[in-house]
Amino acid sequence: MGVLIACSTVAVLTTIGIVLSLVFESLQFFRMVPVTDFLFGIHWSPQMAIRADQVGASGGFGAIPLLAGTFLISAIALTVSGPVGLYSAIYIAEYASPRFRAVVKPLLEVLAGIPTVVYGFFAALFVAPLLRAGGESIGLAVSSESALAAGLVMGVMTIPFVSSIADDAITAVPNALKEGALGVGATRSEMIRQVVLPAALPGIAGGMLLATSRVIGETMIVVMAAGLTANLTLNPLEAVTTVTVQIVTLLTGDQEFDSAKTLSAFALGLLLFIVTLILNVIALRIVKTYREQYE
Amino acid sequence: MPASAMENTQPKVHILDSAKPAAKMTIEHLTVFYGDKPALHDVNLKIGSNRVTALIGPSGCGKSTFIRCLNRMNDVIPGCRIEGRVKLDDEDVYAPGQDVVNLRTRIGMVFQKPNPFPKSIYDNVAYGPKIHGMCETKEERDAIVLRSLDRAGLLDEVRDRLRAPGTSLSGGQQQRLCIARAIAVEPDVILMDEPCSALDPIATARIEELITELKEHYTIVIVTHSMQQAARLSQKTAYFHLGRLVEEGDTETVFADPQDERTRDYVMGRIG
Amino acid sequence: MSEIAEKKLRMAAIRKKRHRAETRFRLFGMAAVSVGLIFLAVLFAVVLFSGLSAFKQTVIHLDIPVEASGDNYQAMVKLSLRNAFQDVTSRRHKRELYALVSSGAAYQLKDRVQAAPVLRGTMVSIWVTASADVDMAIKGETPRLTDRQLAWVDDLKTKERLKTQFNWRFFTGGDSREPELAGIAVATLGSLFSVFVCLALSFPLGVLTAVYLEEFAPRTRWTDFIEVNINNLAAVPSIVFGLLGLAVFLNAFGLPRSAPLVGGMVLALMTLPTIIITGRAALKAVPPSIREAALAVGASPLQAVFHHVLPLAMPGVLTGTIIGTARALGETAPLLMIGMVAFVVDLPETILSPATALPVQVFLWADSPERGFEERTIAAILILLLFTCLMNLTAVLLRKKYEIRW
Ligand SMILES: Nc1ncnc2c1ncn2[C@@H]1O[C@H](COP(=O)(O)OP(=O)(O)O)[C@@H](O)[C@H]1O
Ligand SMILES: [Mg+2]
Repeated sequence: MGVLIACSTVAVLTTIGIVLSLVFESLQFFRMVPVTDFLFGIHWSPQMAIRADQVGASGGFGAIPLLAGTFLISAIALTVSGPVGLYSAIYIAEYASPRFRAVVKPLLEVLAGIPTVVYGFFAALFVAPLLRAGGESIGLAVSSESALAAGLVMGVMTIPFVSSIADDAITAVPNALKEGALGVGATRSEMIRQVVLPAALPGIAGGMLLATSRVIGETMIVVMAAGLTANLTLNPLEAVTTVTVQIVTLLTGDQEFDSAKTLSAFALGLLLFIVTLILNVIALRIVKTYREQYE
Repeated sequence: MPASAMENTQPKVHILDSAKPAAKMTIEHLTVFYGDKPALHDVNLKIGSNRVTALIGPSGCGKSTFIRCLNRMNDVIPGCRIEGRVKLDDEDVYAPGQDVVNLRTRIGMVFQKPNPFPKSIYDNVAYGPKIHGMCETKEERDAIVLRSLDRAGLLDEVRDRLRAPGTSLSGGQQQRLCIARAIAVEPDVILMDEPCSALDPIATARIEELITELKEHYTIVIVTHSMQQAARLSQKTAYFHLGRLVEEGDTETVFADPQDERTRDYVMGRIG
Repeated sequence: MSEIAEKKLRMAAIRKKRHRAETRFRLFGMAAVSVGLIFLAVLFAVVLFSGLSAFKQTVIHLDIPVEASGDNYQAMVKLSLRNAFQDVTSRRHKRELYALVSSGAAYQLKDRVQAAPVLRGTMVSIWVTASADVDMAIKGETPRLTDRQLAWVDDLKTKERLKTQFNWRFFTGGDSREPELAGIAVATLGSLFSVFVCLALSFPLGVLTAVYLEEFAPRTRWTDFIEVNINNLAAVPSIVFGLLGLAVFLNAFGLPRSAPLVGGMVLALMTLPTIIITGRAALKAVPPSIREAALAVGASPLQAVFHHVLPLAMPGVLTGTIIGTARALGETAPLLMIGMVAFVVDLPETILSPATALPVQVFLWADSPERGFEERTIAAILILLLFTCLMNLTAVLLRKKYEIRW
């Protein structure tokens, strides 16, 4: 029994380990770069500030452009996966024949099982050049590392995620409610839009939050398809960089461990952890209360 | 309830056969399968206008299946196959061009468990008229809502909280709300599948009273597992057994002098 | 017209509109489903279409005069090329000629001779790996060869001294700067080691935790906290786990960089929540009557769970484990953090030797500009997808087979 209890603490230890390691390294970083500079600075150029003594002066550790880039790509991804995932779930749950459902649902799940590095490869090698060529043909300058390419592919990646949660939420709506709507002569789409979706809304909202957290923390697609240099813009056709891309670039390759440059990756990690944690906590709470409502 | 007010909203032309009441719905050779499994076998029944027809029988005998065929609610069940004919007045319910949406405005339904939408009381009742475009102005809509709630005997209890969620009502009130919701689209026929089975005796009594009132304006088909309820409410009773319609006739006759042995056993309380 | 008839007409018109809206809505749904399916189809089509060619490799037949002594195999290969095309004299042309075969050819020759020293001083007939440029040209890519080189290739072809054969090297070789020599063996072994470590840690830990939480834990604040913790951990970005590995396993514990052991440990922490959550669900699905029956015949609570409940929950637990492992197998970001992104030529011997992993190899090669590497990247993706799809399929089948409704 003692063994069992010990095992169950591993999960907690992991969380503590994450928090401690992130906080510890970040504190070291914030001794070199003030928190406010980090959180509100709009210049990110850690490669410039290699020597410790020039760190403070250079001001190269402002995270705003990274946050903006992360936000931009996430927004594009969710614009794709939100509606597509939701409509897919609706179609599969309410319209598809059992046979269609039996085939298509696992296929969509395959989409979720594909390693993200594969998506990244696709974004970089196929989608980005395609967008670039498409942009050229209508006279638009599209960067070859455009936020659009990374965002679109990330959107496709999250479709099954959104659709499976939306599917759960939709099928959790009691049949009685659906029949009630049909019984007064609602069409199927009216039933779905006016009765099922409002009832399933909390579940769907929770799912979207989880998807958001997932998209924000996604790494490989952006590492392979998004830019490396910070660029404070909301133009989806330009190259932007993200928090995760910077963590990877800062920590792969040669690194001196206690330099501000390396430590800043942990500060970014901490930021990422906090944001996703908040999203997850809210989302899980919403989903849980919602589930209890129909149990 | 003033009958003259009803006349305006109940635009029906009954071509009454002077001898016997007109059949509102006619069911001929109705056979239903779920997948390969037969659930109903060759059912023939006429449902008289402006009266209550009770469907009784042991559970699993196909009462729900039957009543759901009448407004094509079984369409939504995958694998459900229907043979035979169901007619509303002279119109084939299962005709190829039949508009189910329109059909269900003419044949309303009340379910076993009260199922108000997670919306306000007002919106629950207004839902049907709104989607069907029955009312152009807010005044018209208000009028329909109030009239329907009134007819469902709920208006006095909820008059001052029409904006409260429908789910905040008690079970019996919720079921009357569902009846109001069904009435609001001005159907000719109301189907009720064990509408009182989830309610306590007092709420049940209230609904029974309501059903008796409603038959003035509507043709009512009710499934019930309570024989007393069938006896109290209905003018005509149909007894189902193992997917077959075994016996049908005037309620009094069916209960007092059942012709079929299975009916007799059931009515006497020997099976159930 | 009467008011009623008018209203009927109006409602009929509205109904028409509603039916159109219904059709539109349904079409949207279909379109949405197609988006995912089309992407999937394109992805698999591309992978199959341009990845399969990497399993073939062009080889060139050379008659190489091996010196009686001396080990300059490079020179011997060059000499044999000059012998085959004796009209080539200028330096530049010679360089072009040498570029037909891979730099690995000398090693092939060396291996052959060292395995059979009797070959020294004789003419050795050997199929050597062609260079990536020749390989690409043979496979129909726009050739990056000069006209002269193309003529040589044609000549070799007509003399049947050039053919394509199954590319064993892709499966047995480590990484290389030359696409034609690069293989996925290091990456595959690294992945296997990591996943093995991951399973060895996360499966027992996860199952025991699930058993404790579901069967024994009193509902206290502490267990509630553990539960919330696990749910959140399941949604923490994978790269954060990589940071944990870097800070704790590498810097604090001093474990070696690039080692599958550390990779497996990080992956285990990521997989743990999945196993716990699915494990609990599987345990919950076992009806209490089984537990009661076991207890009634005198089993201790622990025995009841481990002998009776857990075996019944096993299919569910395994399903979760397989899905979690499949995800771990495809995971890249945390491995980048702990240095499993490296140029590793030699096969790892233990879980402490430096290695990469399949997805990391994909990432590394995807960055290389050579066309030869693109083909290999896609082939590596093909292998990766094969593994993950097989695992997920197993999980689905397992779930189907044991889907018991109690
Ligand atoms: N959706 C369904 N799928 C398959 N079989 C069903 C379905 N609904 C009902 N049945 C079967 O049809 C028969 C009649 O059911 P039902 O009409 O619900 O009976 P009742 O309402 O009289 O209790 C039963 O044997 C039941 O198992
Ligand atoms: Mg029933």
